[in-house]
Amino acid sequence: MIKLSPKLMQKIAWGFTWAAGIISVLILVLIIGYVLAKGLPVISLEFLLTSPEGGLSGEGGIFSCIVATLWLIAITMAILIPLGIGAAIYLAEYAPDSKFTRLIRYSVDLLAGVPSIVFGLFGFAVFVMALHLSYSILAGALTLVCLLLPFLVRSAEEAIRTVPQEQREAALSLGATRWQTIVHVIMPAALPGIITGIILCVGGAVAESACLYVTMGGSAAMPTSLLSGGRTLAVHVFYLAMETNALDKALATGAVLIILIFIINLSTRWLSQRLQAKMSGGT
Amino acid sequence: MPRYFVDRLSRHTVSIFGIAAFLILVLIALFILKDSLPALKEVGLIDILFGAKWYPSHGSFGILTMLAGSVVTTLLALAIAVPLALGCAIFLAEVAPPRVRSITRPAVELLVGIPSVVYGLVGMIVLCPFIARLSGTGSGSSVLAAAIVLAIMVLPTITSISEDNLRAVPVHYKEGAFALGATHWQTIYHVLLPAARRGITAAVILGTGRAIGETMAMIMVIGNSPIFPTSIFGPARTLTGNIAVEIASATGIHESALFVTGLVLFILIMLINGIGLIAYRRRV
Repeated sequence: MIKLSPKLMQKIAWGFTWAAGIISVLILVLIIGYVLAKGLPVISLEFLLTSPEGGLSGEGGIFSCIVATLWLIAITMAILIPLGIGAAIYLAEYAPDSKFTRLIRYSVDLLAGVPSIVFGLFGFAVFVMALHLSYSILAGALTLVCLLLPFLVRSAEEAIRTVPQEQREAALSLGATRWQTIVHVIMPAALPGIITGIILCVGGAVAESACLYVTMGGSAAMPTSLLSGGRTLAVHVFYLAMETNALDKALATGAVLIILIFIINLSTRWLSQRLQAKMSGGT
Repeated sequence: MPRYFVDRLSRHTVSIFGIAAFLILVLIALFILKDSLPALKEVGLIDILFGAKWYPSHGSFGILTMLAGSVVTTLLALAIAVPLALGCAIFLAEVAPPRVRSITRPAVELLVGIPSVVYGLVGMIVLCPFIARLSGTGSGSSVLAAAIVLAIMVLPTITSISEDNLRAVPVHYKEGAFALGATHWQTIYHVLLPAARRGITAAVILGTGRAIGETMAMIMVIGNSPIFPTSIFGPARTLTGNIAVEIASATGIHESALFVTGLVLFILIMLINGIGLIAYRRRV
């Protein structure tokens, strides 16, 4: 074997890492560029404001999917936010350093790794069948709460933990109860971090498909109540791709999804930058 | 004093919320196990796990082909994604000029958030026809297409966690290596990578879990035939796809067999992530 000089070796390695970096960005640009280039021209006000007709050629737009997605996010967040923040407060402020607390932390980590379709099976067994919610937005939302909970708990707990200990002590020494300290001192300080976590969960809800595919039923009709079925935008992309030949409309719906994710991504970035500016400004 | 009452009430409330994650995990295990029992009793665990035939209408519920499908596509995807992700992580952490990095890093992060159906869609429209032309047979819905789509999907996850871990290596390690006359690459290869080994392993394990659990994108590009993945140009089916494709129309033992599929998937993921967590948390 020829022994390469360290300098040459470094050149080769640099070439490889540059190639890896460029390929990764290229993949992103190609995928997003392709979907936007093919999808955006199909999007019109009519496309956004008519509901899909459910036919084989994919007639209609995506209105009922937008409505179903919004309903789903609203209900999911209404349950997820108090539950997730409450759990984070417990873990960060109250939980004793015990075996049981460690078990809870392990559960949060393990739950975060459970595949979406397994949550789907669980939701199907519990919410759709056992609780008789049938295929519905409510069943989908409850399933989604289980799926997103570990992510919100983690980010909220981290946000709470970054609040300086002195602030807690100052509040307590003024005679505030522990809960008053949490509500009036810790929560306001941790809020930007928690909001970032919430926005990321909204992004997760928008992108999610597998667990909703098996709990919401996929009806293309306009949802009339929480107990009616529905399909989110992401699930609609799947239906269009697999059951119709309207690939252009699938790409258009994909473009709408990418734009939504873009907005969500940018707003978290903006928020965390503002947070950093505030922190380094010295409060 | 009402405020002490509020204090106590709140503490109890958040304590109950605190165990929610644990409770959900236990409930998932229990419910999936419970609904698996009919098939486990009727067909038997061995016949399901090692049966090569999945013909629900004939009472055959073997999931070995799907288990093989999941494992083969995941391993192929990792073979593509891990070298690329590591290269990309080293690039971002050590090599890239700040201006290039300021574009690449957000781009990689954005890739994580894109819905899996979008990857599946592009794979279906662009990749599958290309593979069909390459192989000369079939529709292109294949193990190879699935592996490439999966690789692209786990790439950003493995990249960003590996990069974080490379950056977390104390700077004096690097300074020490430089002081001994090592080149930058020698420092990366002999000092930084070994020091970040545990975190990089965790990143790969996380990516493995993601890959095995991916569902919709796999259904879109793999062809979904419950046969062994004997050729990379041929179709196969994953465990996840088996559940999603059939659950709506299944009843009785068939439905229960799908819960067994989910149970196998759940145990597989718990093993992978459990090992990953323990390996990561040890001796940190």
